[in-house]
Amino acid sequence: MSSTKVAPTSSDLAHKVALYRSQYALRQFEKRAYDLFLEGLVKGTSHLSIGQEAIAAGVAAAMRSDDWTFATYRGHAHTLARGVPMTPVFAELMGRTNGLMAGKGGSMHLTSVEHGVMGSYAVIGAHLPIACGAAWSAQYRGTEQVAVAFFGDGSTNIGAFHEALNFAAVWKLPVIFFCENNLWMEYTRTSEVTAVANPAADRASAYGLESIIVDGNDADAVFEVTSAAFARARAGEGPSMIEAKTYRHGGHSRADPGKYRPDEELAEWMTKDPIPLYRTRLLEAGVSEDELVLIENEVDAEVDLATDEAKAGGVPGEDLLLKDVWADGGASWRN
Amino acid sequence: MAELTFRESIARGIAQEMRRDESVVFLGEDIGAAGGVFKGTVGLIEEFGGVRVRDTPISEQAILGAAMGAAMTGLRPIAEIMFSDFFAVCWDIVANEIAKSRYMTNGQMTFPLVIRSGNGGGLRFGAQHSQSVENWAMMVPGLKVVVPSNAVDVIGLMAASIRDNDPVIFLEAKALYSSKMDVPDGEIVDTLGTAKVLREGSNATLVALGAMVPRALEAATELAASGIDCTVVDVRSLVPLDTATILREVSATGRLFTVEENPRLCGWGAEVASIVADEIFYDLDGPIVRITTPHIPLPAADALEDMAIPSVERIVTTVHKSMNS
Repeated sequence: MSSTKVAPTSSDLAHKVALYRSQYALRQFEKRAYDLFLEGLVKGTSHLSIGQEAIAAGVAAAMRSDDWTFATYRGHAHTLARGVPMTPVFAELMGRTNGLMAGKGGSMHLTSVEHGVMGSYAVIGAHLPIACGAAWSAQYRGTEQVAVAFFGDGSTNIGAFHEALNFAAVWKLPVIFFCENNLWMEYTRTSEVTAVANPAADRASAYGLESIIVDGNDADAVFEVTSAAFARARAGEGPSMIEAKTYRHGGHSRADPGKYRPDEELAEWMTKDPIPLYRTRLLEAGVSEDELVLIENEVDAEVDLATDEAKAGGVPGEDLLLKDVWADGGASWRN
Repeated sequence: MAELTFRESIARGIAQEMRRDESVVFLGEDIGAAGGVFKGTVGLIEEFGGVRVRDTPISEQAILGAAMGAAMTGLRPIAEIMFSDFFAVCWDIVANEIAKSRYMTNGQMTFPLVIRSGNGGGLRFGAQHSQSVENWAMMVPGLKVVVPSNAVDVIGLMAASIRDNDPVIFLEAKALYSSKMDVPDGEIVDTLGTAKVLREGSNATLVALGAMVPRALEAATELAASGIDCTVVDVRSLVPLDTATILREVSATGRLFTVEENPRLCGWGAEVASIVADEIFYDLDGPIVRITTPHIPLPAADALEDMAIPSVERIVTTVHKSMNS
């Protein structure tokens, strides 16, 4: 399925075990987030990455700690994968004071600057040019930092995508555009409204970029192909765009059961679930069942603890309402 | 002291700040070798080079997205949107992203950036190159809005905007680009959120912005000749708004006239009128009157455009009529 053939990874086993742990943690977090919706503790909307964890985990593993992530409204996984603890993310979903942004952003805007998570953006495509700006800043200051913008297949049809691609190419910016093609926008199949078969990769040549497609359900392949893109960016060779084929197991958002998708399609993709596939790969590589169970138990306990800690958070008060509109910390627009 | 045009002051203000702070960078369409379509950036690329003064494609979302991403990672970008009408093609970045991200992230991010843009009518460019969009920007929480009315203020307010840690929409009245003024030598730094009293009178207070300021001053001179003595306040900054100066000057005369280039509905003067009515109603001796462009797209023909935008004559007539009724 790839125009750029990606060889199986040669990464060492410890790295792979860490990658499994990361993917498993993202999965368990998202499952708990769903349960918390059902309990009525998470209000508003939320978009889960169940089925797509190999991407957030694989890319994060290839990043330097001072690189920058620009995520979408489907950004829990991308935020956690950079090392943000679960408690403040759960708490943000629940609108508590111990939330990542004290409840002021919510599920769709997770941000942790200290972890290089430079925001989650809920208007399609907006963050692609913004990631270009961070990349420009790195280029100007000569820091060899790289910005990564994650986006969905649907984003490839909005103007900001094309403006950002051309801009990054012309300015040779250290930015990686990472398309998670899960085949569906919300209710509409992307192929029905897109002029080309591979919505990102087939557009790459228009901006002088290599067409790169990767199996988005294979964390090793994602890690490998992204590592190469980071190397190019740090060497001053400019942007890359990667299209990963993947699938969301659930609907687009909380309100969407995803019933519009053919049963056979979902069933086929369930057989490509990245987490059991990766688990099997590790067992075949010689990792013991006991070691994996131990990891899973640790992660499960972490999720439970984080849930309890998040639930214990306070309800934000008026002091937060009028805080931080401006850099002086306040909201005053007049004297 | 040197006589400078408004357009020359723009380049001088930017250069002043680029010399003192390496983190100040400038991007936009035709700002480099061309010196800007309004010739407001002449000489900058020669002094600071193509890395700091960088031409862009015609991609307003990319320009402002890049400014935002650069600002959140430690630079102080200045971005140019050639005509303020073009904010319509990149308003997502301005209103949804730049304006809200500090608040949404609970103060994790800071956006020290300036978006400067040619604003308003008078050049016979028609409805898509002549709008006064200050009210678009003013109504979005998280944006500061600065509108200088003369060459000296351009420098000082530009410097203050660049040094400010919040996003500033800096609107340059195109009709004023060729206006001239004596400008002192040396560094000029002003303060955001400060209105200026340009003339003290006793009968009425004219509160004006941008290109309407010189018209209000001229109208005040004519009105004085017929016995109506007017105060003229140059608002200069819509956000933050210097309500203290405005309220004091309106209280002193008991009458408020706003002079606004924007189309009628939701113009900045409506907010000023509301504040005055709320807070100093009993100091008023007569109705608050707003003098604005009618609520129409701006026409291209000179005769029509001149009818639409408040003129000296219309200000004089309106004040006369209201004061004598």
